[in-house]
Amino acid sequence: MNQTLLQLLNGLTFAALLFIVASGFTLIFGLLRIVNLAHGALYLFGGLVGYTAATATGSYVLGILAAMAVVALLGLVIDAGLLRFVRGNELRQVLLTLGIAFILNDLVLVLWGGDTYTVPIPDMLRGAARFGHIFYPKYRLFVLALGVAIFGLLWLLLNRTRLGALIRAGVDDPEMVEAMGINIRRVFLGTFMLGAALAGLGGVVGGAFLTLYPSADAEILVFSLAVVIIGGRGSLAGAAVGALLVGLLNSFGQVWFPELSYFVIFGPMALILAFRPLGLFGRAT
Amino acid sequence: MSTPLVSALPPVDRAAPTKRVLVWLCIVLAALLALPLLLPGYQISIATQILIFSILAMSIDILAGFVGRTPLGHGAIFGVSTYVVIYWTASLGGSLWVGMGLGILAATLLAAVFALLAIRTSGVYFLLLTLALGMIVWGVCLRSTGITGGENGLRGIGRPGFLVDHVHFYYAILLVTVPVTWIIWRFVHSPFGLTMRGIRESESRMRSLGYNVPLHLFLAFVASGFVAGIAGALYAVFNDFVSPSTVQLSQSVSALLMAITGGVGTLFGAFVGATAIILLENVVSVFTARWPSVLGLTFVLIMIFAPEGIVGRARILLAKRRRRS
Repeated sequence: MNQTLLQLLNGLTFAALLFIVASGFTLIFGLLRIVNLAHGALYLFGGLVGYTAATATGSYVLGILAAMAVVALLGLVIDAGLLRFVRGNELRQVLLTLGIAFILNDLVLVLWGGDTYTVPIPDMLRGAARFGHIFYPKYRLFVLALGVAIFGLLWLLLNRTRLGALIRAGVDDPEMVEAMGINIRRVFLGTFMLGAALAGLGGVVGGAFLTLYPSADAEILVFSLAVVIIGGRGSLAGAAVGALLVGLLNSFGQVWFPELSYFVIFGPMALILAFRPLGLFGRAT
Repeated sequence: MSTPLVSALPPVDRAAPTKRVLVWLCIVLAALLALPLLLPGYQISIATQILIFSILAMSIDILAGFVGRTPLGHGAIFGVSTYVVIYWTASLGGSLWVGMGLGILAATLLAAVFALLAIRTSGVYFLLLTLALGMIVWGVCLRSTGITGGENGLRGIGRPGFLVDHVHFYYAILLVTVPVTWIIWRFVHSPFGLTMRGIRESESRMRSLGYNVPLHLFLAFVASGFVAGIAGALYAVFNDFVSPSTVQLSQSVSALLMAITGGVGTLFGAFVGATAIILLENVVSVFTARWPSVLGLTFVLIMIFAPEGIVGRARILLAKRRRRS
């Protein structure tokens, strides 16, 4: 019983991290129609920037801010500097971001080497919290809360602000928004940077309990892909449901079918993609 | 709904010089036959590797170039064939020839499973689905340590005696590559191949003309998997070792890059692309260990400047010149 509860909590906290990373992915996919295969590399890069900043300044919060800023800048360079040349052709965009992923991953090896890093966490979040006779790491509970908070903030941003209205309108019909006299390119660029910053945030948050190592980018990318494909592109609720599903399947799958744990996640994903190509919450455009 | 990587290239001029094309093909073939006389042993094994990966790149071109579906999971189909051959010969002690047959069969069956799931999707979703299916294969190969040896991989039993020599082996692979290329060429220029190209240009129009689009997509995917399986089986003999890195994503990525560099939809571009990428890798590796960066940069530059690839670009230039004259 306790074991199951622990697995449940592990699944939920992993789902929270996945949501943070995948929400950025789904924003970019939904609005710009770009499958950003460099998203995992941005996660890893952001995590390591955060690690360096946090160890240098001794502040976890500064680490997070540094990571988000640096990765948002990288997003600016990628979108305004490279993707602008291949606008309008989905496949060329995807393959270009794949190239960027290779470069960023190699850059990580040059700058930080092939070691494993753990982002230091503040004293406040160290140790375990106690519920009855169950002990659970405080930090993971913090991640869970952060995931919920990010969901709330993004929901408010998308549904209660002018920028959010522009983004939603852009998802539905970019030409129409442009015809209304709004510079949709600037909204696109802002969204790309926001999505990238979320990957950077995920890198620092995840880097503190999953550690950062050279192939972490591919793993988190594939998980985010699964989340977004299950949830449907551009849908915040879809990303949340997808993250919960993938997080829980991953956590229980590893215990119940250790040899097939990949199958447990990607089997459902392949089925959903084959029979509902737009995902659970996706809409045809 | 989704644009293919490149739409129709200018057609090869049919009325004009079949004779000249034949002469060129003979020259290329003669050059390939004479290659071992010019290159030392190590370099001839690079040439062998190029031939094997050309077959893999052609298998990708069948889908990417002729039905307009870009796959990102062919490394897995290729690698499964390699795994089966090495498992059959090394772990079960079976004969190499039966093993290669089983490897190709396994790749074809796997492609059939992939196809059943993937043919409903197109464009980016097709790419993502094949990527995910490839990841499943990679995960299974990595975790089933009992059969695949996990991270450590499997070592083969070595090539049969008459193939140990680099030059002999090169000729053996060439002996397979030439007929395989010819068969694929016939395949994509058959009425079936024309239907495939019709689907690439407009799926809805082909459907309203009464063609069974899903069936054609399925058969094209299976044919592509069969060819990838041949490449995988040859690679098993060439490399004599297989590990999860043979089926991993970067294998699919570099094979797709070869097909794109050469020129999607040109078929022979696969040879140009495989030569360019493998030579680049070997040259770059002499100077720096940053091959992934170079690979990524190549991908970015090709996507921005020459998505139609080397052969595709050459064909467009030729067509322009012909029109002018």
